[in-house]
Amino acid sequence: MTEHARRAVEAVWHIEAGRLVAGLARVTGDVGLAEDLAQEALVVALEQWPVTGVPPNPGGWLMTTAKRRAIDTHRRAATFERKAATLAREVEDEPGVDTDARVDALDDPVGDDLLRLVFTACHPVLSVESRVALTLRCLGGLSTDEIARAFLVPESTMAQRIVRAKKTLSDKEVRFELPTADELSERLASVLEVVYLIFNEGYAATSGEDWVRPALCQEAMRLGRVLTGLVPDEPEAHGLLALMELQASRLPARVGPDGRPVLLPDQDRRRWDRLLVRRGLASLARAESSGRPLGPYAVQAGIAACHARARRAEDTDWARIADLYAVLASIWPSPVVEVNRAVAVGWSTGADAGLEIIDRVAASGRLAGYPHLHAVRGDLLERAGRHTQSAESFERAAALTRSDAERALFSNRAQRARERS
Amino acid sequence: MRYITILKGSQPAGPPPEGLMAAIMDLGAEATAAGALIDNAGLSPSASGARVSVAGGELSVMDGPFAEAKEFISYAVYEVRSKEEAVEWASRFMRLHVDLWPGWEGESDVVKIMGPEDFGPPQ
Repeated sequence: MTEHARRAVEAVWHIEAGRLVAGLARVTGDVGLAEDLAQEALVVALEQWPVTGVPPNPGGWLMTTAKRRAIDTHRRAATFERKAATLAREVEDEPGVDTDARVDALDDPVGDDLLRLVFTACHPVLSVESRVALTLRCLGGLSTDEIARAFLVPESTMAQRIVRAKKTLSDKEVRFELPTADELSERLASVLEVVYLIFNEGYAATSGEDWVRPALCQEAMRLGRVLTGLVPDEPEAHGLLALMELQASRLPARVGPDGRPVLLPDQDRRRWDRLLVRRGLASLARAESSGRPLGPYAVQAGIAACHARARRAEDTDWARIADLYAVLASIWPSPVVEVNRAVAVGWSTGADAGLEIIDRVAASGRLAGYPHLHAVRGDLLERAGRHTQSAESFERAAALTRSDAERALFSNRAQRARERS
Repeated sequence: MRYITILKGSQPAGPPPEGLMAAIMDLGAEATAAGALIDNAGLSPSASGARVSVAGGELSVMDGPFAEAKEFISYAVYEVRSKEEAVEWASRFMRLHVDLWPGWEGESDVVKIMGPEDFGPPQ
């Protein structure tokens, strides 16, 4: 098969994989089995489509093929036999071999199957890393090799992780169903966490790395968009999408021509991705219009939006950012949030006000090993004219960081502060 | 990666069939739900636009309409994992025209929007 034909089949696969696995999971009640069947259908498609062409209804074709594979394969476990029998009945009800007749099997107009799949892949019985792997596999149609490369682990490790995750779902008898109303907010939080983890894995990647790592940002945004369509009334789904789109809008400006990271205040804002800014602001507006209290993702998106709206760094509405960090601290108390609030207060009210907050965090001892605490403190001290103390803080930050680029930056600031003292 | 698809077609004698517009809306909803379609809009006939050109070192402005056989009709921006995925969405869109608007002819150019992946890692 030519490379071109294979890529064309894979493109259809990427578009259809989520719905296909979801539909198969509904009829088998088993996500692991559904995913295996979907993979087998992909193999058949890769053999046949380059010869026959892509069928007019590729999703229906893949579904029918997967079901037939299930029935044709007899030497499987007893549980499988029972499930295959269910499938056999379904196929018998659908006469003929024409795929058009089977469209209804895949029909999921309100996306309930897909939503069930999202909640199952992100089920709390699974470890977070298993949820991430299963989500990318079942909803993104990514191959094990792609997921392994994206997470910098050997393919065999990732394959085991996926097998174990499927087995856990089966052992714990996790049913393929939507969470109940009282479980919903906790279960949704688990889904959002998985999507944001995928995003951050891509965001942390550097530009010279294997393309699959930065591509995780796009995949996470795609999952976020799918999710906002499935649960349009959940403000946090829109909040998370807004946060990811606003953060990703800065990706083109985040690395300088020399390959070094460029920090937010120094970025060339003309390079920000305006389509993502526009979409991010619209998603945020959608989250804010729900009338419900904002969750941590929407609040963080609100902070990102303050940066996105500022044409120049000096136009940033730091007072609003400081307020939003206070809101964030109230719903999600964390010393890291306090460090960020100190930065915002340092710009909006003054260095001394910022120092008051950062010194409280430092006194608590909870972030003693966190280089950014000392870097932020060093910056505030510098602006307050306390150069010797500033130099000491930056030296501390330089000693603590594990990033070479950061160490160079902090040492440089320490040296400059020493010169002024 | 991001692709823009630009639809061009002959100026039809009448309005498009109603079924076509409904099918286009359905496909757009599907592509949006799939997380692929991130922007789109219709484009007015060239009669309502203009052309600013440079030739022989001179700049000139000409109001539409223009004599070209094909007019711009609409555009769509897709965020996808490969060129083939963008081509697949464009093909699904064009297939609706084959099925629902006999006699219509046109083309959809699938153009890559440059992104970070087009620039090699810094040396």
